Amino acid sequence: MITLGIDIGSLTAKGVLLKDNSILEKHLIQVGYNSKKAGDKLLAELLEKASIDRTEIARIVATGYGRNSIDFADKAVSEIICHGKGIHFLLPDTRTIIDIGGQDSKVIILNAKGTVVNFVMNDKCAAGTGRFLDVMARAMETEIQYFGELSLQSKNPAEISSVCTVFAESEIVSLVAKGENREDITSGIHLSIGRRIYSMVRRVGMVEPVAMSGGVALNIGVIDALEKLLKTEIKTSPLAQYGGALGAALLAVNE
Amino acid sequence: MAERLKATKEMKRIMRRYYAQAKYAHYMGKKVAWITSGGPVEPLIAMNIIPVYPENHGAMLGASKKGGQLSEFAEGLGYSPDVCSYVKDDIASTITKESPIKGGLPQPDMLICSNNICGTVLKWYEIQARNFNVPLFIYDTPFVHTEFTEEAKEYIKEQTKEYILFLEKVMGRKFNYKKMDKVGRYSLQSMKLWKEILDTAAHKPSPMTAFDAFFHLALIVTLRGKKIVLRYYKTLLKELQERNTKNIGAVDNEKYRLLWDNLPIWFRMRWLSDKFANHQAALVADTYTQAWCGVIDYIDENDFLGTMGEAYTRIHLNVGVDQMADTIKDFIRKFDVDGLVMHSNRSCKPYSFGQYDIQNLIKDMDIPVLMIEADMTDDRKFSESQVEARIDAFMEVIKEKKRTK
Ligand code: SF4
Repeated sequence: MITLGIDIGSLTAKGVLLKDNSILEKHLIQVGYNSKKAGDKLLAELLEKASIDRTEIARIVATGYGRNSIDFADKAVSEIICHGKGIHFLLPDTRTIIDIGGQDSKVIILNAKGTVVNFVMNDKCAAGTGRFLDVMARAMETEIQYFGELSLQSKNPAEISSVCTVFAESEIVSLVAKGENREDITSGIHLSIGRRIYSMVRRVGMVEPVAMSGGVALNIGVIDALEKLLKTEIKTSPLAQYGGALGAALLAVNE
Repeated sequence: MAERLKATKEMKRIMRRYYAQAKYAHYMGKKVAWITSGGPVEPLIAMNIIPVYPENHGAMLGASKKGGQLSEFAEGLGYSPDVCSYVKDDIASTITKESPIKGGLPQPDMLICSNNICGTVLKWYEIQARNFNVPLFIYDTPFVHTEFTEEAKEYIKEQTKEYILFLEKVMGRKFNYKKMDKVGRYSLQSMKLWKEILDTAAHKPSPMTAFDAFFHLALIVTLRGKKIVLRYYKTLLKELQERNTKNIGAVDNEKYRLLWDNLPIWFRMRWLSDKFANHQAALVADTYTQAWCGVIDYIDENDFLGTMGEAYTRIHLNVGVDQMADTIKDFIRKFDVDGLVMHSNRSCKPYSFGQYDIQNLIKDMDIPVLMIEADMTDDRKFSESQVEARIDAFMEVIKEKKRTK
């Protein structure tokens, strides 16, 4: 049986085709302003990539912010459950999952069987979300892909005290003006977001091992900051970005 | 969808009549007192003074989606965005007359403020006392960090005495102790009835939800001490008991039971209730409406005036976090709930401040907790998609948990 999981985030849309418990194909596109259109496009391109027909897909589950705009999905499920399922599949012994999304960050606790037992999400503020990193990367005129690596080269991270995205941005401007080097500022930025996540982890109570899901898991700077703050190894998978979509595809199997 | 409670209609009628009477009080030679929601209202009723609650008015303004707009107006006057929206709504409405009641609340002849709910009310009532140029009485309740001491007991007894003196002075006549005795008995009885009403929700399925409680609360807040409250609550109780014998739930096919903490989000009651009902979840109880019957045990029906001070001092918002957590634990057990929904209310600091501590203190209950960030009347502080995402995730976690148990 083939199932499809679609994760429509605020920035990217991800799709995973699952066949007999293994990944058949995956695909990622930018969402743009219309999540419904993005869903249609993702489906079409994914079918082409996998060279299968729409009718071969038994069931579709959608997740992410735009989940309710995907009218061809059989069901919409929240990201918490999907990331839980997805990461449990990729890294089976994980008990704590950190996901930094475009406008939501979450910490999810799984029991030994991989069932979600608790979670927290960031409060209303954008600090501690992927948006924070985007804004900061732009302020530093660095491509987001290289942002993490840059921070690893720092020897003396700058202090960024404001949790507010807007104020942190102006703090950075003044650090630059003071002549602080790029690496140190960038490292300070990663530690700043790390601290926000750290307090969320403490709020639910960390259970090891810890893994990261979502696109930000590819950012080595965030991983490094979190490892330092949480004093534990953070596992990731090259497929972490597809965590939510994969979980949705897995859920579709049992629906 | 289960039908609405039949009693509701009568309740609306009573409230309308109450506000009409308050509005025309001055024509009938009566005096009006504005009073805080946790304030000792019974002596006012014994003195034939009509009590009016700006907080209840605030709830009405919130429900009619005027909260954000009025708060904005007040902020334009210089009030900080962090000030409680009930305060801002009231101050703004006093000026703009924006209100579901034509012309706004009737003008007060005196103000009665008790700080058993928060410190904000002190400044609020001082401002309004200057504004209306009327006498203000502050019924000062010491905070009960861990225990209610002998000194506190003495102190609060003095407060009650001063309160009576204040009323005698303002009204220019002796206090009516005989009527007070009757009013006290009615008040206690209505609290007991209110408790019985809320307790019907322990039944599965629950015949009412917290949203019903939020609505029916208005009577015990505004009119406790009056006979009409008894009559109405008896009717309501009967209807709920009937539902229970017939196993009629307020939420169709109730599967999950939740507890709500903090004030309601007045401008999103419908939306929230539908949202939870779609998940077959009933908010069966809440800490807010329970506050009006949580102190029954401290009151002696033969000496209401002498014992009310302790009761007013020991209400939910005037005790330490440990005790708040204990109360929540009791409700979790009594109403057998699957999850706790905490409204982190931008306005109400005393209610919201300890919520993370409470979460830690109730960890051993092993139930998922959801935090919703909002405000009771200020719709600018509410983000629908964020709240929706959190509720969906929370309900899925509860479902998974129940399924795999
Ligand atoms: S701060 Fe809380 S207790 Fe005080 S008036 Fe506002 S809502 Fe009521």
